[in-house]
Amino acid sequence: MRITQGTFSYLPDFTDEEISAQIAYALDNGWPCSVEFTDDPHPRNSYWEMWGLPMFDLKDPAGVLYEINQCRQAYPDQYIRLNAYDARYGRQTTALSFIVQRPAVEPGFRLDRQETADRQVRYQMHAYALDRPEGDRYTR
Amino acid sequence: MTSNGSAGRWSAGVIPYAEMGYWRPDYQPKDSDILAAFRITPQQGVPPEEAGAAVAGESSTATWTVVWTDRLTSYENYQAKCYRVEPVPGAEGQFIAYIAYDLDLFEEGSIANLTSSIIGNVFGFKALKALRLEDMRIPTHYVKTFQGPAHGIVMEREYLAKFGRPLLGATVKPKLGLSARNYGRVVYEALRGGLDFTKDDENINSQPFMRWRDRFLYCMEGVTRAQAATGEIKGHYLNVTAGTMEDMYERAEFAKQLGSVIIMIDLTIGYTAIQSMAKWARANGMILHLHRAGHSTYTRQKNHGVSFRVIAKWMRLAGVDHIHAGTVVGKLEGDPNSVAGFYDTLRKDKVAADPVKGLYFDQEWASMPGVMPVASGGIHAGQMHQLLHYLDEDVVLQFGGGTIGHPMGIAAGAEANRVALEAMIKARNEGRDYLKEGPDLLRAAAKQNRPLDVALSTWGDITFTYESTDTPDVVETPTSV
Amino acid sequence: MTERLGFGMRPAPNGDAAAEEEPAVATLPPDARIDLARERADSHADEVLDALDRELVGLVPVKTRIRETAALLLIDRVRARFGIDSARPNLHMCFTGSPGTGKTTVAVRLAELLHRLGYLRRGHLVTVTRDDLVGQYVGHTAPKTKEVLKRAMGGVLFIDEAYYLYRAENERDYGQESIEILLQVMENQRDDLVVVLAGYKDRMDSFFASNPGMSSRIAHHIDFPDYTGDELEAIGRLMLAREGYSLAEEAIPVFREYLDRRREQPRFANARSVRNAIERARLRHANRLIATAGEVGLAELTTLTPEDFLASRVFAAP
Repeated sequence: MRITQGTFSYLPDFTDEEISAQIAYALDNGWPCSVEFTDDPHPRNSYWEMWGLPMFDLKDPAGVLYEINQCRQAYPDQYIRLNAYDARYGRQTTALSFIVQRPAVEPGFRLDRQETADRQVRYQMHAYALDRPEGDRYTR
Repeated sequence: MTSNGSAGRWSAGVIPYAEMGYWRPDYQPKDSDILAAFRITPQQGVPPEEAGAAVAGESSTATWTVVWTDRLTSYENYQAKCYRVEPVPGAEGQFIAYIAYDLDLFEEGSIANLTSSIIGNVFGFKALKALRLEDMRIPTHYVKTFQGPAHGIVMEREYLAKFGRPLLGATVKPKLGLSARNYGRVVYEALRGGLDFTKDDENINSQPFMRWRDRFLYCMEGVTRAQAATGEIKGHYLNVTAGTMEDMYERAEFAKQLGSVIIMIDLTIGYTAIQSMAKWARANGMILHLHRAGHSTYTRQKNHGVSFRVIAKWMRLAGVDHIHAGTVVGKLEGDPNSVAGFYDTLRKDKVAADPVKGLYFDQEWASMPGVMPVASGGIHAGQMHQLLHYLDEDVVLQFGGGTIGHPMGIAAGAEANRVALEAMIKARNEGRDYLKEGPDLLRAAAKQNRPLDVALSTWGDITFTYESTDTPDVVETPTSV
Repeated sequence: MTERLGFGMRPAPNGDAAAEEEPAVATLPPDARIDLARERADSHADEVLDALDRELVGLVPVKTRIRETAALLLIDRVRARFGIDSARPNLHMCFTGSPGTGKTTVAVRLAELLHRLGYLRRGHLVTVTRDDLVGQYVGHTAPKTKEVLKRAMGGVLFIDEAYYLYRAENERDYGQESIEILLQVMENQRDDLVVVLAGYKDRMDSFFASNPGMSSRIAHHIDFPDYTGDELEAIGRLMLAREGYSLAEEAIPVFREYLDRRREQPRFANARSVRNAIERARLRHANRLIATAGEVGLAELTTLTPEDFLASRVFAAP
């Protein structure tokens, strides 16, 4: 299973050069970048852990890539994504967000169904990874 | 009465509209005025100023003859004023009449009232062969009386957690006849394959072959399964269009109960119903998709009707989150410049007048959120570079046939579209000239992705290059003479 | 080198795609010939070197070293086209010299030059001192130093009075932590930035003596000599001309005398002291014109006379 959140999940995983090119695009637009990681890939998990604060005033992608690599070293088994924020008036939201590291194995989700009246079914998405304790979800 | 002017103005009988105060070439529109640009084609022998004054009169206080009851009112305030008439370059007998309406003429927050005033009676007026409402300037004072989009582009993106690329959708086909269970299969396959949305068509309501409740149940099974298969938020525009408001509310409530993120309505339900549903959508956290069913009956012909840019403006005020606004390259009407004008009107906060895009007035939206335009009808993955170039990033690209007709299946069709889109965004961000290199970029992406390869060989060379009927009068910015 | 150019290297915001794909060109055959003059012109490096010559009086040894560096990078580029894979040169530098000898100006031009020659991706200069790198509390230094390094990436990091990072008297000074991070990045991310340490020669020497790791990572030591009297005078005339002033004939020896006296006094800061002298002369000049309260013409408004300098305390000293 491969979760397909993020701007580029249907392309082969990006090399560091390809990631840098996207960071350069963000920086050229004046968008600060930030790095986030998680071991809970539920699509409603809005708040991945922040790897430091968003990086303001950078000119070159190397600084952002440096933090991505630091984060990869610290959390080699977790999801890591890169975000770029557009702070322009009328926008003020994420402009670009894509996954830059995935766990080696992505166990995916189970759909739990609860049958109720009137043929209605209550659905719940259950991430298999969450069956294990936090911090130990993707280690083998 | 001794005063000549006064006696003439109020004598019983018929006098020209221009002399009744509806033609005011000296009038300076106020910031709070609602302005309208009409394309008028007067009958033989009717001077354009009189025709413009007549439109102003008939869309505000006047009737065909003098009435003394006008004199019990502060009529000058309520009279619309035609303040400029210009011949249309290259169109014999056509003029653009600019008319200013005082803010007091309109009820706050009511598209129905606004339209009853401005396009209520006047389109059948005998003094004119044809009449078209080209554009309107809605003053901030009036904009602020409307709710506006239930969520808007920014909130929709945050809600769906999808950034940095257009969204992808598909309309379930065939339009009619699928049973609910088979219909849900299409939803599941298309979403699992990589689309963000699937969609009911405008005429899928609750017919004998598939009742609405059954459709909703099966569609949501498909949506939820696809979410679990991809780890991504997905949606199906459940069309709640029905014969009565009560029915629509009932269906919308059920969609909400099932966990849908989005519902859909048709333009045919009417402006008041649209505003009601927009209010409901905001209160219930549901994205509201509007299908512009029927609009071409009055938007397409250049000399008569209402331009779509006006409809787009009304719908942003009315409060929808999505609206179909043209594709440029697809199978339906859409001149590139006019479509750019529609998209600007829907998405930008300040829209500058631009004759090339058919925009007659500056429009200030005063922070009202933008509406996500939807491009749908005869588009396919092979046009991805053109779509991105013409329509940019905040748009839903809907590939109905281009997904479901894929030889390898619906999921493969969806995947082909998503791969093509992401490859194009990647190239654009890397600074490539993606419009020029588009076909090469797609072929390169297709080398690593079989579904895209097959899609390109199936549709790669399909285009719909027919002449547009609804084009701006100015194609290039005129050079000074 | 091929993989570097795909790395978001856009020479200018509107750089064309062709320039980006340049490295993909196949290796030249061994018998190919390359027109060096043309290569040199294409790099536009000479514009930067000429600007350096225009802006800075004297400093011949410094300018020579910069020209040599430019030549090396240009030749490396040409060699790469024949497929000769030489290691990327280490360009971390140390600029030593008194204040006002042009170290910052040279660093700005160096950054621009390295960018034009393809060594740096962006070519901006980030100037910092100890306060920008070292925190006051536990845990503050690493993020501060990393923040500065990230901002400098793609360009030149100029650390003024770098020896303050190291305090021999305090073993637990946070400066040491900053130095360690700097060393790590200087070693591992040579592709991403050039570090220039700057300061007085003697203090820099003792800094290197206590920090051999730093010393070994700096390939180029460039000394900025104090300006001679003639050079200071030339600098002064250049500054005056830029501000739209000239010296009256009889003021020329006075100005020279001023400079010679000032050099002997404490806290002399070369070009910076010349700049300050001129600023004060402008004040006196303006004051003098107002005091006379008569009519003035272009000549009076632009000419500095001996009294504009003679009133200085420099002349009061024995």
